Amino acid sequence: MTERRDVRIEVPVLARVEGEGALSLEVRDGRIERLQLRIYEPPRLFEKFLEGRGHEEIPDAVARICGICPVAYQMSAVAALEQAMGVGIDDWVRRMRRVFYCGEWLQSHALHIHLLAAPDFLGYDSVVEMAKGHPDLVRRGLRLQALGNDLIALFGGRSVHPVGACVGGFHHAPTVAAVAAMRTRLNDAQEDARALLDWALALPVPDSDQDFVSVALRHPQDYAMAEGCIVSDRGLDIGAEAFEAHFRELQVPHSTALHALLHDEPYMVGPLARLNLNHERLPEALRERLLAAGLRLPSRNPFHSLIARAAEIAFIVGEAARLLADYAEPPLPAAAVTPRAGMGFGATEAPRGLLWHRYEVDDAGHVRSARIVPPTSQNQARIEADLRQSLELLGLDQPDEALRLRGEQVIRSYDPCISCATHFLRLDVRRR
Amino acid sequence: MSEVSASNATAPPCKPRVAVHKFSSCDGCQLALLNAGEALLALAERVDLVHFAEAGPMDPEAEVDIAFVEGSVSTPEDRSRIVRVRSNSRFLVTLGACATAGGIQALRNFADGDGWLGAVYASPEFVSSLAQVSPIREHVHVDLELWGCPVSGRQVVSAVGSLLAGAPPAVPDERLCLECKRQQAVCVMVTRGAPCMGPVTRTGCGALCPRFERDCYGCYGPAEHSNTQALGRRFAGLGLVDEAVVRRFHFINSQAPAFLEAGQRARGHADD
Repeated sequence: MTERRDVRIEVPVLARVEGEGALSLEVRDGRIERLQLRIYEPPRLFEKFLEGRGHEEIPDAVARICGICPVAYQMSAVAALEQAMGVGIDDWVRRMRRVFYCGEWLQSHALHIHLLAAPDFLGYDSVVEMAKGHPDLVRRGLRLQALGNDLIALFGGRSVHPVGACVGGFHHAPTVAAVAAMRTRLNDAQEDARALLDWALALPVPDSDQDFVSVALRHPQDYAMAEGCIVSDRGLDIGAEAFEAHFRELQVPHSTALHALLHDEPYMVGPLARLNLNHERLPEALRERLLAAGLRLPSRNPFHSLIARAAEIAFIVGEAARLLADYAEPPLPAAAVTPRAGMGFGATEAPRGLLWHRYEVDDAGHVRSARIVPPTSQNQARIEADLRQSLELLGLDQPDEALRLRGEQVIRSYDPCISCATHFLRLDVRRR
Repeated sequence: MSEVSASNATAPPCKPRVAVHKFSSCDGCQLALLNAGEALLALAERVDLVHFAEAGPMDPEAEVDIAFVEGSVSTPEDRSRIVRVRSNSRFLVTLGACATAGGIQALRNFADGDGWLGAVYASPEFVSSLAQVSPIREHVHVDLELWGCPVSGRQVVSAVGSLLAGAPPAVPDERLCLECKRQQAVCVMVTRGAPCMGPVTRTGCGALCPRFERDCYGCYGPAEHSNTQALGRRFAGLGLVDEAVVRRFHFINSQAPAFLEAGQRARGHADD
């Protein structure tokens, strides 16, 4: 007979997530009475200070929203600004943007798996501790992360706040020699990526069977990254310009970031949502590998996010090598831009999920207004729903420490990028 | 840097203790460590990483030999927290543009703060943020400032090495143009009339932007003795309106005095 007790868990700062957040949990009489994922990153007011800036300044500005996924912010921004000003991009730019984005998925996923998430699964507090027990796993992760960083740097000079992207394409095209060297490294990395996926598929994953809505981009042929329609597994299929008709952001008193809802319901974005909606776009060998390991897609277990990241790493390494296979330097790395007034929308898949931008520009190409909806705000309501279900499944009679660890593991599996909380409606302290 | 040698004489015999604290920022400078790969593991052998929330260890109130601070001060809570960090640290080192010069969020200092808050917040009276975003040195003594948006892993690892060895860390403050010449990059201002910030910007990035055929936008902050007045005139000669010159100086490092003043000067012209 288990004893009824009240549980009160406060995690004042969440470790191993990007940015600052906290978790409050109150259990009374065996029921969750209060559960709050609190995001208290201070307001940074990005959308306001983009106003008045020229289109050529925006990629450098929005990169600063997040140090882990600056490429995603740049890619959604340039897509929206190109639409606003009627700039067409050519096939070279389209393919190289995809390679650039592969670099970011690779570094972000490798960092997340090894430095942030894996310690939870293997029972360590940090990667430094884990490196003592699993040196080969950590080294393999660091190699993949470094390759991702170098792939970003090939197009952007550096991996944090890269300087290469512009409206219309890139400032500079990599040389044939630099691309050939990168291709060799990508081919060599396929073995690491395969081994990582095998390791991830063999990892004991907590049970969870949840009914959630997946949302991601979908492209007619490709595994969606920087292009496609916004779709859900409940029949949504819209262009980026229709986002605001279906999704709305809601203020909640306990968090400084907004909760986004699709038709008034929480939903999931990120690698598992992408895999659920797009797995048939993966190369056949990779699909078969997932099937052979017993992974049934679509998955209803949010802890499969780690496997989804490993599967995407395996995909990206091959995809980047494929896209660079017949590389040639273009006559011009970017389309010419003639500023004109307009409104544009950009939706791309950041490593942690759909990232939507809207810009209105004037006839000089200066931003009149901007709106940015980052993946963390979209996942926030779903994380809270997942926490409720996962903790109830684990059993609320478990010791506090077990509840706290499982709660943190759930949050980390979404890889919330809290600095990305670009706008806020309300904080909880009065101004002096 | 006499303080370094003096403190080193009394250094404890155990492993030096290091903390990484985050304030208002994008986390990009912490990636200088998280992206360092083997160098991070090697560093973790030499020091005790007692607080570094993103990497795992959590002990925000621990006393340490070196505290790295990322991010700028933007809330009343930040203001009291940085005082505690200072009193718990032997050396306090700022990591990057936000901690050293306010960072991009300091752009709100130029706006009609209440107007912006009113436009963004449903209930601006509840917003706890300070009216002004400020760099760390405006609040506490800073032993070493590492510039850059972002800083590089090399800067951070070498600063730790120098501090622990009792040697003054080398912080380059020469102009980007010199590095650009050493790299044999073609000058984008001379050949293409691009409004390059290289003549007034501190080196450290490896002259990335000119090597990528574009203008420097000043993400490493002002170089020593930078002649911002002459560059502002040059920008005007290249056809930039005063408002555009303001934006060049008031961007990533807007609270660095040289850039703050240069932008205000151009703003003054714009208002004439």
